[in-house]
Amino acid sequence: MAMNDTTSNVEPVAQGAGMPTLHKIIFAVLLVFLIALPFFVYPVFAMKVMCFALFAAAFNLLLGFGGLLSFGHAAYFGSASYIAAHASKVWGLTPELSILCGAAAAAFLGFVIGSLAIRRQGIYFAMVTLAFAQMVYFIALQADFTGGEDGIQSVPRGDLFGLIPLAENMALYFFVLLVTFGGILALYRIVHSPFGEVLKAIRENEQRAISLGYDVNRYKLIVFTLSATMSGVAGATKSQVFQLATLTDVHWSMSGEVVLMTLLGGMGTVFGPLVGASLIVTMQNYLATFGAWVTIIQGVIFVIGVLMFREGIVGVISRWLKRPL
Amino acid sequence: MFELLGIPPQVLLGQLLLGLINGSFYAVLSLGLAVIFGLLNIINFAHGALYMAAAFVAWMLLNYLGIGYWPALILSPLIVGAFGMVLERTMLSRLYHLDHLYGLLLTFGLALVIQGLFRNYYGISGLPYQIPDVLSGGQNLGFMFLPNYRAWIVVASVLVCFGTWFIIEKTRLGAYLRAGTENPTLVGAFGVNVPLMVTLTYGFGVALAGFAGVLAAPIYSVNPNMGEQLIITVFAVVVIGGMGSIMGAILTGYLLGIVEGLTRVFYPEGSAVVIFVIMAIVLMIKPEGLFGRPA
Repeated sequence: MAMNDTTSNVEPVAQGAGMPTLHKIIFAVLLVFLIALPFFVYPVFAMKVMCFALFAAAFNLLLGFGGLLSFGHAAYFGSASYIAAHASKVWGLTPELSILCGAAAAAFLGFVIGSLAIRRQGIYFAMVTLAFAQMVYFIALQADFTGGEDGIQSVPRGDLFGLIPLAENMALYFFVLLVTFGGILALYRIVHSPFGEVLKAIRENEQRAISLGYDVNRYKLIVFTLSATMSGVAGATKSQVFQLATLTDVHWSMSGEVVLMTLLGGMGTVFGPLVGASLIVTMQNYLATFGAWVTIIQGVIFVIGVLMFREGIVGVISRWLKRPL
Repeated sequence: MFELLGIPPQVLLGQLLLGLINGSFYAVLSLGLAVIFGLLNIINFAHGALYMAAAFVAWMLLNYLGIGYWPALILSPLIVGAFGMVLERTMLSRLYHLDHLYGLLLTFGLALVIQGLFRNYYGISGLPYQIPDVLSGGQNLGFMFLPNYRAWIVVASVLVCFGTWFIIEKTRLGAYLRAGTENPTLVGAFGVNVPLMVTLTYGFGVALAGFAGVLAAPIYSVNPNMGEQLIITVFAVVVIGGMGSIMGAILTGYLLGIVEGLTRVFYPEGSAVVIFVIMAIVLMIKPEGLFGRPA
């Protein structure tokens, strides 16, 4: 059932060899680039890009490698954002603990929704996840601690481990870099683990995986929960950066955006979601003054992407280079 | 007057009526989704946007061309349905050989474009649309006041739902359609123009959404966001009912509207989420949906 026509023409990563040299080089270059970046662009913008890159990478774990299209990932991103903002502001927790709280909430939510959603497949799976995300949206709208339409505002930027103040953008930037880069490496590790291989097997042919004795539903639930947790880390981190959590984070359009980022960059690729997230966030940043046009352009990219460009940017490059990226 | 659990009957019946009206929209929209899904195997994410577009078309017909409610009730679904057929021919038809999830993604993108365009040109404040003169006012039934237009919504939706059910289940055309759902290749081999049938079916499903949009125009203000929340609720309705049967989609729509109305009486805070809670319960007990066939 998987959306696998974009990836099947790419050779699998060599087993037992650790990370391929090409990937090592790309990650190293990326790290150097990100360390230099805040000296050239506005750090808050760069942090936003990194948060969304982690979000898209977490989503890609589920769609690109698990073959499961969730249309409700805003639920995990947004609820973690709310919980982390609440933890920082009301409970007075330090940033790393707030993010852990947010991630734990997203993990719990992902486990509950995931265990229900995996009872259906394909299109129904997408609709079920979307509907539950809408339920989370309504709860965020009505619950007391979320502040309704206002959201949770002026969340303090605390001290990391209670020691290092993160109020300065530069200090916070390197913390966010550590969290998001670490998160993306963790996702890379998951994808290239034995667990990840079974996941790809299920994506390619679920019936065969069952006949080989794999408890398919257990794998699906684990990957769903993992993906939700990492989305939660991204959302929680974003709430610390912008010092607020709002309904935008749990809205269905956020779920759509992460699908778009992954599709544009190349689903089932390691670096695609990072590219997609960077492009979409940059576009939103530069076109923000055009209002509704941003939605229209995103819709058009969606349509063009689905009709003519299903491999995504990194997918195409990967095919040219004949190397998995 | 009698009271039930401390709830005055006016309140109870008033909410029941509101629930029935919401249910009418759920029924017509989920019916459209089910018709499209049956033959095309895609979920039309643009359904809500096209519902909204039809309400706008009715408004434009009135304000630019002076065409009133009754002609618009026919014309607007036809226009939007024709637009749907263009979308199907030019875009959706290219995706049938791929995973069905691409259809969902494509129609999601289309929904964004359609909504964005209307939001851009008409803002989000909403435009008024008058209730037609014949249906203004209401009836005093003694125990409650029944606005004529709301009664008309229920009657019209039941008529359309029954008509669609009759065409699909009882006519020769419907038999082709059902056969196409089972095995399109075989139906094609018998000389039926299957691609044409697919296009017309998509157009018909979209026209149903358009009909609901025109019905909604006078009671909800015509605005670009009117479809987006509704369609997600309708997705939940579709999951609960299962898309295996036409009658199932219709009944589930009305039933959930009424349940939602009752929840608003007895536990108002829960009314926004009750349908999703029911969906969770159905997924636990009967994952294929109330009227669905096991996969």
